[in-house]
Amino acid sequence: MSSICEEKLNLEEETEGVDPEVLKKELLEKYPTKVARKRAKQIVVNKLASCSEGLEIGANVRTTPGIITQRGCTYAGCKGVILGPTRDIVNITHGPIGCGFYSWLTRRNQTRPPTENDENFMTYCFSTDMQDKDIVFGGEKKLKAAIQEAYDLFKPKAISIFSTCPVGLIGDDVHAVAREMREALGINVFGFSCEGYKGVSQSAGHHIANNGIFTHVVGLDDSVKEGKYKINLLGEYNIGGDAFEIDRVLEKCGITVVSTFSGNSTYDQFANAHTADLNTVMCHRSINYVAEMMEEKFGIPWIKINFIGAEATAKSLRKIAHYFQDQELSDRVEAVIAEEMPEILKVREEVRPRCQGKTAMLFVGGSRAHHYQELFKEMGMKTISAGYEFAHRDDYEGRKVLPTIKVDADSRNIEELEVTPDPERFRPRKSPEELERLAQEGFEFKDYEGMMRDMDNQALVIDDISQYETEKLLEIYKPSIFCAGIKEKYVVQKQGIPLKQLHSYDYGGPYAGFKGAVNFYQEIDRMVNSKVWNSLKAPWQKSPELSAKYACD
Amino acid sequence: MKKSPAPYVSTTNACKLCKPMGACLAFRGIEGTVPFLHGSQGCATYMRRYIISHYREPMDIASSSLGEKHAVYGGEANLKQGLQNVMAKYGAGLIGIATTCLTETIGDDVPMIVRAFRKEMGEAVRSEAIPSLVNVATPSYSGTHMEGFQAAVRAVADQLADLRERTEAVNLMPGFVSPADLRYLKEILQDFGLKGIILPDLSETLDGPAAQDYEKIPPGGTPIQQIRNMGGSRATVELGRTLSKSATAGKLVEERFGVPLHGVGMPIGLRETDGFFQILEEIRGVPTPEKHRAERGRLIDAYVDGHKYVSEKRAVVYGEEDLVVGLTAFLVEIGIQPVLCASGGRSGHFREAIEEVTRDILPLTPLVREGVDFYELAEEAETLSPELLVGHSKGYHLAKRWNIPLVRVGFPIHDRFGGQRILHLGYRGAQHLLDRIVNALIEKKQADSPVGYGYI
Ligand code: SF4
Ligand code: SF4
Repeated sequence: MSSICEEKLNLEEETEGVDPEVLKKELLEKYPTKVARKRAKQIVVNKLASCSEGLEIGANVRTTPGIITQRGCTYAGCKGVILGPTRDIVNITHGPIGCGFYSWLTRRNQTRPPTENDENFMTYCFSTDMQDKDIVFGGEKKLKAAIQEAYDLFKPKAISIFSTCPVGLIGDDVHAVAREMREALGINVFGFSCEGYKGVSQSAGHHIANNGIFTHVVGLDDSVKEGKYKINLLGEYNIGGDAFEIDRVLEKCGITVVSTFSGNSTYDQFANAHTADLNTVMCHRSINYVAEMMEEKFGIPWIKINFIGAEATAKSLRKIAHYFQDQELSDRVEAVIAEEMPEILKVREEVRPRCQGKTAMLFVGGSRAHHYQELFKEMGMKTISAGYEFAHRDDYEGRKVLPTIKVDADSRNIEELEVTPDPERFRPRKSPEELERLAQEGFEFKDYEGMMRDMDNQALVIDDISQYETEKLLEIYKPSIFCAGIKEKYVVQKQGIPLKQLHSYDYGGPYAGFKGAVNFYQEIDRMVNSKVWNSLKAPWQKSPELSAKYACD
Repeated sequence: MKKSPAPYVSTTNACKLCKPMGACLAFRGIEGTVPFLHGSQGCATYMRRYIISHYREPMDIASSSLGEKHAVYGGEANLKQGLQNVMAKYGAGLIGIATTCLTETIGDDVPMIVRAFRKEMGEAVRSEAIPSLVNVATPSYSGTHMEGFQAAVRAVADQLADLRERTEAVNLMPGFVSPADLRYLKEILQDFGLKGIILPDLSETLDGPAAQDYEKIPPGGTPIQQIRNMGGSRATVELGRTLSKSATAGKLVEERFGVPLHGVGMPIGLRETDGFFQILEEIRGVPTPEKHRAERGRLIDAYVDGHKYVSEKRAVVYGEEDLVVGLTAFLVEIGIQPVLCASGGRSGHFREAIEEVTRDILPLTPLVREGVDFYELAEEAETLSPELLVGHSKGYHLAKRWNIPLVRVGFPIHDRFGGQRILHLGYRGAQHLLDRIVNALIEKKQADSPVGYGYI
């Protein structure tokens, strides 16, 4: 066996010598046997791809009751994540008040209506606020009236309905209501059966939302946008203005974004998405199936890209240029990269001496825990442990495992759409010869190899990490920084370790693209080198002699 | 005469949160407690996020994580397994179980499941090796987070309180107030020489120090042993005028153990605080300590000094009913005109309570709206040309639209720093509120004026 396979994790001095296998055992120790068995599959000590075939991880399985998880519900994934950032659809939550209230513009996805008069409903939170009698006698009537009312008040282009847990149980048919109201009002009205209990996590909700948009909206508007190189940006949610920065860079390169799913998005963009010539996928987890379906139905191929990290951004731009096979575009992309890079390198060199060798842990989302490792690497920091909140095995191990993923009852809950080529709109974007040529040049479509491949030997990969495991991990590994969400933030910081939120960015950002990389370097430098952590202990606690002296006085 | 708000079907931009969230908050104020939601996991996650973004403190809520199968066949097995897992890892003294809309809709009988669970645990229960279990029904389709909060407090009293020995302690049910308020209430009791059992007590659990040794369940909260002897206390004081008109924990303790109950308004502003101090004087049989009398004196002095800035200003106040009642009592005292008092709650006693606290000062009761959302509130207030908003962060959009200051109070506050440290209660709280309101109005005046006032 080659020595590289035995390579140990490069940890900071004080944690040197912690064997991840031993740590794994410790994490599992306190669990009842059955739970421990289940968690054992979801905690994996990474091995380099060249050293091991088929390292497998348990993912997308239900969280055990009583184990405090980061995960949210199907409704949250559907209403909050996917349709939250779309500004001109009136989203009505059908259910009791809480679910709607909690998903009321709490994420910081930004939107930029072109003028003040353009519709923006993102600051609104509409709910049928079900009461006792709706639960007993059914809520369809109320829902209809609510849709009518929303129409009368706002005259939106479209109205969508989101079902919360009680809705499915009392048997309200939101789709029938949607159909009826669509006819009555003459605007697009569609419903989502995204009851919170339906799936394992918010991932199920992403799927339900995207299926709905694909079925009810994509393809409705055939007008063709101007632009030579037209792409869709899939799985980018404009947290902290990420999409604005990506748009800036793409525009500079002369690439036209037809639609973004769904950061800073509008109904019309979705309706028009099928006119793009390439789908680029940011967050593989939340949207790869839409890319697949768009290819099936409209002939648009897809590639995986990543705009988190300056190098990754450059690589992604080059890949898009490569796809279009156009020297003019390639030249322009190179010019943009050359123009943007110096500033980035300058800041990187500045922070590097202070950050070099520090360690990071990332437990978040369905792609961010992977993408952000790039940025840390650029700063000279090491990711020693990471995992997703709601991703599936393919996001860890790569798409090659797709055929082997077991379909369980929870996954069956989500409708698989039957997609066939659209008789009028299907148009292969590349001829077989062109595809052949691209393949020869080493160009890969649908290329996602997962997070584990990019991680170090012996790094600990943990799916759906629990509160308890987080605490243990911190105690033993003492990373320089921990990345997760607001729910974890204060638990981690109480222990003297800074936490960077990668859901809301702590209301900072953007961190995508070129400008984003600079922001991120500076932010992480500030956090890991902050002096405040030294003050956790009062001076008399730090030096025992001193307090002893006071005690004698 | 103002038109009554249009009877909208939808709730648009709600001015209330959901019932189990209130219950989880209340449970968090009891020593060694892990709040536990019986339902699907999303509710717990959502509530944690909301609570955390206000307090900037850890907030664990466990969940029985029901899936579709359990939604159909019932969640008993999940609930039991969940309780067991929480016990295994948290060393909880109490698990506070609240239901959600899901489990209420399917009709899970939680008290029965908990009884069965206790029986299965057998020996462990008798040896007190397992935590106490308290359960409360909190379907959000009837009531708001405040009802959930109070229901949980009552459930705790109902399921734990007992009379072991007679003591000189006073039970104090403060309602949903800030950690700063709670610390101040404790100080007052201490200054009176009273031993207080404050239920719940979030002062440490949701505003704790940066820890050197991290603990899974934050220290602080009402000690369970004290709750177990609430029936032996000399008196109970319960804050909140609308609350006092419903079935409360205080009433339960009074009926069951004969502990006399004093229901008073939330002590916000001079008069309501006077009432509160009077009750304490009565219970303890001593006059208000000098320190607090001095604070009262300074407050009145400030009322006089501040009057020119606030007099006749038109304010809209919104939030939980009892909070709004207290704030209204205070606002009218300082000369502000509350043009609209609004709440998402619908206890049925809101108007009456507002009437009680304003009638000494105002010839007419201000406009009162219960069960409103921000859409209705905006519609209603638009015609009243308000100059000031007093309430939580969700009113920010209106403040922005109308270009008037918003003085943030209550919960949730997620667009300012330090929401957990806002002091509302007592003479000291009134002083803080007055300072903040005056300064907000001055700032607005400076911002709007081309003159550049340096003295104001
Ligand atoms: S289902 Fe009920 S308990 Fe859960 S978030 Fe919605 S309103 Fe609150
Ligand atoms: S009730 Fe269901 S839909 Fe609503 S927050 Fe809870 S889990 Fe999600």
